[in-house]
Amino acid sequence: MSAALVDLVDYDEAVARFDPVIGIEVHVELGTATKMFDGAPAGFGEEPNTSVTPVSLGLPGALPVVNERAVEYAIRIGLALNCSIAESCRFARKNYFYPDVPKNFQTSQYDEPIAYDGYVDVELEDGTVFRVDIERAHMEEDAGKNTHVGGSTGRIHGAEYSLVDYNRAGIPLVEIVTRPILGAGERAPEVARAYVQTLRDLFRALEVSEARMERGNVRADVNVSLRDTPESPLGTRTETKNVNSFRSVERAVRYEISRQAAVLDAGGSVTQETRHWHEDTGTTTAGRVKSDAEDYRYFPEPDLAPIVPDRAWIEEIRAALPELPAARRRRLQGEWGYADAEMRDVVNAGAVELIEATVAAGASPAAARKWWMGELARTAKQQEVELGDLPITPAQIAALQSLVDSGRINDKLARQVLEGVLAGEGEPEAVVVARGLEVVSDDGPLLEAIDAALASQPDAADKIRSGNLGPVGAIIGAVMKATRGQADAGRVRELVLERTQG
Amino acid sequence: MSSLSRDEVARVAGLARIDLTSAELDRLAGELDVIVESVARVSEIATPDVPATSHPLPLSNVFRTDVPVAPVDRDAVLASAPAAQDGKFLVPQILGEDS
Repeated sequence: MSAALVDLVDYDEAVARFDPVIGIEVHVELGTATKMFDGAPAGFGEEPNTSVTPVSLGLPGALPVVNERAVEYAIRIGLALNCSIAESCRFARKNYFYPDVPKNFQTSQYDEPIAYDGYVDVELEDGTVFRVDIERAHMEEDAGKNTHVGGSTGRIHGAEYSLVDYNRAGIPLVEIVTRPILGAGERAPEVARAYVQTLRDLFRALEVSEARMERGNVRADVNVSLRDTPESPLGTRTETKNVNSFRSVERAVRYEISRQAAVLDAGGSVTQETRHWHEDTGTTTAGRVKSDAEDYRYFPEPDLAPIVPDRAWIEEIRAALPELPAARRRRLQGEWGYADAEMRDVVNAGAVELIEATVAAGASPAAARKWWMGELARTAKQQEVELGDLPITPAQIAALQSLVDSGRINDKLARQVLEGVLAGEGEPEAVVVARGLEVVSDDGPLLEAIDAALASQPDAADKIRSGNLGPVGAIIGAVMKATRGQADAGRVRELVLERTQG
Repeated sequence: MSSLSRDEVARVAGLARIDLTSAELDRLAGELDVIVESVARVSEIATPDVPATSHPLPLSNVFRTDVPVAPVDRDAVLASAPAAQDGKFLVPQILGEDS
């Protein structure tokens, strides 16, 4: 690839001179037990071609039947995105030849999506709320998975042949399409990222999908175009396919803005095309140019009856919608008494659920935040893992905090206990016992340590005795060190004063 | 009067991956035109208040409950494929880039 040779305009310069417009298509795999059009199990990570049936293999004579739960999930998504739900809608055949589509058409929806005309409010990291208009959400099926074999790159070009696994073929998908997102300006990449993240959170809250990006449960195609000013007509757009992490969505939009700006600056015009995202280099390269192959010859699927969602059913689904993430965040912030900035940090760190569970297990909201956003956030960052992937549970954090609250350990010891739990040494209580980390509450050993400290620092001892309390801290420090942090610093201070002032 | 050109037939045949000889294109352009024109006459009868139908039966909401069925046996399936490897279908080199 010659990505390195592509001219780019510095991002700040590009957005100063052009107005970016983006559009995003998000596909989400629904977490149903079976596929969209038949009872083949819709699992993940099965052996290749073991979750297939005549329908998902497109064998002659196989007839599809719609999965009712998938329709319900699609309606849930539509309602959560403030869409209208169609009075009646149909499936359509999208015809194209590609080995991962065994029927030579994908069953999708074309001019009659199940949900349309909605919006979602997206909160950026600094708290700014940006409204994204939704054009439609429609139902379709996923394709199988190709593995390209041979050649040097593992990509299609140069491949000698391909291997196809149809386990994924027929898994229910909902595709959500935005209207052109205008007015984001230089924050367009950030809006794109926050939008995809908002949808991911929504899918999870709605319990329609595990929505795991790394498994490809949620996939985004990002459209980018530039125009001279917000008053100019829309420019020619490119569509970058399969951008599958939040960070990549942001980077892909940034890259396309810089690249298109360079093309326009050089007096060229942007080619309307599909582009491929390269995670490793953070660049896009040209794929297919829109052509004859794009003529999908959609027509209504004759093997499936129209869907006419009963209005009472829709209202039932609406009434059963869970509290949505944004409302939930507002409620929790109120309950926890966090400042706006604190709550934002918690949200951005992905710690809302963890703190909620920690509080539910008995910790105070302040203590829960202190642990997750402090010590644990640092550890997660060091180990380059998500907070939720650390080998510690909210219940363990609550138990740890309760040991602190009861005075059995202090903050410093608590950090050692935490370390022990993270190292797999068991529950906090067990770590305290095994490592012998309890606060020394017996004055005897403390007095011994204090006497030793006073003896080893005679100047400090004299100053304290003469009423200059400045060096008390140094003595306390020495005692804490001697007791490996297991002393209660307040008690040590009292004893030091008794010893020297008495 | 012909409304369906030979070029259009060639293009549609291309999209459908049907290889037609020049003679076949000539013949089909004429035959398809007759079919298209015949069907077009339906629109003379169907007024705008008659909704288009995609299904011959007055049915809607034909659903299936979300309960898994037994998958087919992989070895049996792969045995009817032209080629297989590692439990997957082996297909010739894919020329058009997409994934």
